[in-house]
Amino acid sequence: MSTTTSNLPQGAAATKDKSSIIGRGNKDGNQLFRDWYQELTTAPSRGEHSAYVFVMGSLAEVLQSFDIHTIFPEVNGLQTAVRHVADDYIAQGEDYGFSADVCAYVKADVGLQLRGGDHPMGKIPKPSMAVYTNACNTYLKWAEIWERMYNMPSVTIDIPGSRAAGRHTWSGHVDFENDLKYVRGQIGELITVCETVTGKKFDIDRLRETMHHTNVMMERYERLIELNKAKPAPYNAVTDGTVYLGVANGFRGRAEGAKYFTDLVEEMEYKVANGIGTTFEEKYRLVFVGVPCYPIFRRFNEMFTEWGGAFVGSSYMWFASGGANTGFQYDLDRPLDSLAEGLLVTTRDAMDTMFYSNRNIVDTIEPFGIDGVVYHPIKSCRTVSTGLADNRRAVIEESGAATLFVESDHMDKRVVSEAQLKNRIDAFFEGLATRRVRQSAGESR
Amino acid sequence: MAYAGGVDVGSTQTKAVIINEDLQIVGRALVDTGSNVVVAAQTAFDIALRDGNIHEEEEGVEFVVGTGYGRYKVTFGDSQTTEISCHGRGAVHMFPGTRTVVDMGGQDTKAIKVTPSGEILDFVMNDKCAAGTGRFLGAAASALGVPLGELGPVALRSTRPTKISTTCTVFADGEILSLIGKGKKVEDVLLGVHHSVVSRALSLMRRVGIDKEVTFTGGVANNIGMVTVLNEELGFDCNVSSDSHFMGALGAALFAMDRIKAGRESHGLAEVK
Repeated sequence: MSTTTSNLPQGAAATKDKSSIIGRGNKDGNQLFRDWYQELTTAPSRGEHSAYVFVMGSLAEVLQSFDIHTIFPEVNGLQTAVRHVADDYIAQGEDYGFSADVCAYVKADVGLQLRGGDHPMGKIPKPSMAVYTNACNTYLKWAEIWERMYNMPSVTIDIPGSRAAGRHTWSGHVDFENDLKYVRGQIGELITVCETVTGKKFDIDRLRETMHHTNVMMERYERLIELNKAKPAPYNAVTDGTVYLGVANGFRGRAEGAKYFTDLVEEMEYKVANGIGTTFEEKYRLVFVGVPCYPIFRRFNEMFTEWGGAFVGSSYMWFASGGANTGFQYDLDRPLDSLAEGLLVTTRDAMDTMFYSNRNIVDTIEPFGIDGVVYHPIKSCRTVSTGLADNRRAVIEESGAATLFVESDHMDKRVVSEAQLKNRIDAFFEGLATRRVRQSAGESR
Repeated sequence: MAYAGGVDVGSTQTKAVIINEDLQIVGRALVDTGSNVVVAAQTAFDIALRDGNIHEEEEGVEFVVGTGYGRYKVTFGDSQTTEISCHGRGAVHMFPGTRTVVDMGGQDTKAIKVTPSGEILDFVMNDKCAAGTGRFLGAAASALGVPLGELGPVALRSTRPTKISTTCTVFADGEILSLIGKGKKVEDVLLGVHHSVVSRALSLMRRVGIDKEVTFTGGVANNIGMVTVLNEELGFDCNVSSDSHFMGALGAALFAMDRIKAGRESHGLAEVK
């Protein structure tokens, strides 16, 4: 494998031999995860508080400033699926009364709560509070379940999204300023609840500190996404990307998170500068749209890598990153206003990258050298999946990109059919191969 | 004379086709797949050889491509290609004006958009359930006691097709028998079943875009009722070959012949993997 400097994202100049750092991101990420779950397991014995939060708008900066642990039910859920035990948790949620149509993340979480927090990675503490946004319509009902189970406060942060596709307002615009005041007020309410729950007084300098860590992380995360423009791509945006997402959420607002992404960017810049890709020969560059198929996580990816298909981009790395993909930088001189602005902008972006991702996908095709777009709607999540068929049509019309549309689930293996997935994936690559032959022969579509 | 083979191992039936260098079908075979996929593939291939009066020891088939769900079980095959690519290739070979292919088999319905040379531009398939596939017609035949081969002719006797609200294969028996219980005629129910299956197929076709010519492939294309209803709904006639059942196997054989002609050094489809 080789690359030329012209392929390199800006700043990825050849560096001295640091080959030992290759693989550090995954190794450190996995270790951080184990440490994080251990930290959660032992938190109650230290009398520490935990908040159940979600990946889109976790408000980790505020919670960390009160030393409240953040617990992500989506992360807990996907961990059970990757470890092939999700069925047991989902079944328990269904036995409790939830329909087969309800999001499997929710049902697995209900199963987890009914087991007293027993999880393959450790023991999940009971929550002292919950924080959620309207970025996912299920969050609201999900938090109500916890309220009934634990009689604890939950804080809703209602964040105005885009009023129309492709129409954003920014600071100074009357709509934006009104939205900002609305979100800023809700952050004030959250702070009051945190003070009540913990008995601690709000410390704005602690908030500045957590926001600083997030700033570092978001700046590095944006750079990380940029680095995958290189050929070959230094990381797999679906498999490796999931590790990065876990750290981006679990360690948001923390020094460990900032250091992790600083190290990760160093590793990826080294790989790019030295033309080092992933573990297979990259023949086709793909962007993934949707949520991964965790019940057969490794096999799902193999069905693509067997053909030389490399996921160099992923909408999941956009909408599930808590806005880190935007690289938004908080202004620490006016932390509360800036936090509200960041929350507004990044959660709006998360919603847009679910509902209007066709624009982002089309914009990704040329700079990332995309050969095909893989849509993976999931049965569990209508929020993410509804509209993907139209999205695909829009992307085809605008870009002429080759696309694949395969449906399964992120948790429930009852609706994952490997044979059918493989058949469609093989046909997709056969089509990509013929398309490439035609393009080589100078034929237009 | 060089020969090439294509073996299409489907969920219900296995098809084999042998072609010569002039790309003409010289042998064909159709067997039930049954529980032993490997044996079904070998049996179909052997019958196709006999049908073509080809003696392996004298003038063997140089290259065989396996296709269909059981393509990796064609143990004597030299490579594998999905039935999606094969149906596209076979349809364009039979009807060069083909731009849209609708393939209806035992458990799959596919809509495929192709280039003039038979390459796949886009495709969609039914979801994981067998609603709207040949299996549903089979379930209706079973529920009504009508032989599969008679389904179309019986349905076309109807003048008042019954509205069928489901294409769920699992619930087909109950749905159909309840309609008979309400006094509906067998032919009316059957025509309703045909309309229902066609409507599912059209929905898939619209997703890739219905460009003329449309070629109807797969075992279900042998059903005159399905062809008639599809033509009515399209507003024009689709292409149907008497070899529609063998279109996937034919496409596989054509890919195999490509490889023979390229001296097995081609950088075409089958070598990409």
